Amino acid sequence: MGKTLAEKILSAGTGNDARAGDMVIARVDLVFIQDTTGPLTIKQFQASGLKRLANPQRTVVFIDHAAPSPTSTLSNDHLFLRQFAQETGAILSELGSGVCHQLVAESLARPGDIVVGSDSHTVTAGGLGAFATGMGSSDVAVAMGLGKTWFRVPESIRVVVSGDFPKGVGAKDLILHLIGRIGVDGATYKALEFSGAAVAAMSMSQRFTIANMVVEAGAKVGLFPADETTRKYLVAQGRGDDYEPLSPDGDAVYEQTIEINVAELEPTVARPHRMDNTALARELKGTKIQQVFIGTCTNGRLEDLAVAAGILKGKKCHPATRLIIAPASRQVLLEAIKAGYLQTLVEAGATILPAGCGPCLGLHQGVLGDGEACLSTANRNFKGRMGNPEAFVYLASPATAAATAISGEITDPREVL
Amino acid sequence: MLKGKVHKYGANVDTDVIIPARYLNIYDPAELAKHCMEDIDQDFLKRVEPGDIIMATTNFGCGSSREHAPLAIKAAGISCVIAKSFARIFFRNAINIGLPLLESEEAVDKTDSGDILEVDLARGQIKNLTKNLTFTASPYPDFMTGIISAGGLIEYTKQRLASRRV
Repeated sequence: MGKTLAEKILSAGTGNDARAGDMVIARVDLVFIQDTTGPLTIKQFQASGLKRLANPQRTVVFIDHAAPSPTSTLSNDHLFLRQFAQETGAILSELGSGVCHQLVAESLARPGDIVVGSDSHTVTAGGLGAFATGMGSSDVAVAMGLGKTWFRVPESIRVVVSGDFPKGVGAKDLILHLIGRIGVDGATYKALEFSGAAVAAMSMSQRFTIANMVVEAGAKVGLFPADETTRKYLVAQGRGDDYEPLSPDGDAVYEQTIEINVAELEPTVARPHRMDNTALARELKGTKIQQVFIGTCTNGRLEDLAVAAGILKGKKCHPATRLIIAPASRQVLLEAIKAGYLQTLVEAGATILPAGCGPCLGLHQGVLGDGEACLSTANRNFKGRMGNPEAFVYLASPATAAATAISGEITDPREVL
Repeated sequence: MLKGKVHKYGANVDTDVIIPARYLNIYDPAELAKHCMEDIDQDFLKRVEPGDIIMATTNFGCGSSREHAPLAIKAAGISCVIAKSFARIFFRNAINIGLPLLESEEAVDKTDSGDILEVDLARGQIKNLTKNLTFTASPYPDFMTGIISAGGLIEYTKQRLASRRV
């Protein structure tokens, strides 16, 4: 009997035949923490009696969620993280380098790797075929010290994607559509495995956008095959040697198959306060938006900024709407400067933040006021997510975000393309 | 044996409302507990007495990986959480920090806020003393009982390191 991607990777990671439902102890190839959950992870690491990192060169401490620090308390957390990295030999990724998940994708994760991070969006690296999943501080602390962790091998749901994206529709619309269809617990404990002609045609940036949000349907991982597109991406990142082709067996067993024809999709928005509370952008016309945020590990990559700049070129943001942009990494920031996208966006009225998480989780750089609405390209719109339980967060693609920044209300980007 | 009053919620109670990100730089569980559930239930702390039980329908604890969420619930005095289903990271985190979770559709359907429950964790038995009903929770996977009986993952690791069994 053939294997799914999850079964293949976990079999290799355990040296045994890992099948859906099995409990396994697997090797961890890359482990990381960030500045909101990292300090507790270090405290748990110390409390457990662990002294050394199993693999310092594959252990990373990211300062990205509240960076530069807005308060002295958070600055002290950053000090604590830097000190831990220095003492243990872990790699330190300083503020301004970018969001952990983007940097893991650009520089660290390899197809077939098992990646554990103290952040639920660790799933992003599934876009290049890594079994990447988020865990809490205790689990990550033990994985850092022992170089292994336990998993229940997940059942897989196959998502077969066909068709060509229509103009103005992209990967974000696809994943919002999928979450709207199966619900925020539609894939709990499961792996979502993507395949089909439209997946083969997708850029890495699009794959990362989709993998990033599988946790919003409760999934443990979102896995893409590692193919020629993955190889070219790794070569372009200067790490062609990290490439290893990866695909599921033809006779792998799936719990369920979901088919999506992207040609039938329209620009999609998740309304407050849940990611499966979806509607089409055109159905929400007239919804006033005070802040538009383009960035994050979901949609802060070069392709995303290119789409936004394309729509905003020669235009101005609506006077009642502020536009905030945070590139996902320093590499994205530099490339966006070279391509002229930042100039276009700034001319349109955008405020550019340092590479990092920006206002996504409500700690700094764009906390909303009472009754305000933000249309964000991030992945989560829980009540209070952007720092104020009296505010409202809508999630959409960079194209919808740019169109909305111009009109000041939720706008289908096809109106301006 | 655990015994307490039920505080019942609906579906998809997420970690951002259990403990908002603005409090993640707090590590003292007692301080975290002061903000537990404040964005959806401001009187939560005033009503909770030690031993009380949180009950919810599906997907309790969805969202972020923050271990602060089960820590805050436990430090608020909650003895266990009973739901129809849990989000997976929260499930691991709760077990890891020693907050018992039980899954039982029937118990959730037939219990109301304010009912008094008695829970036998070892047997997975939930008794509704107010309504005189008994329910059985899904058993934990065998693999996890070692972690649970040690009192969490950190204690479990500490014990295994001490006996050089890792």
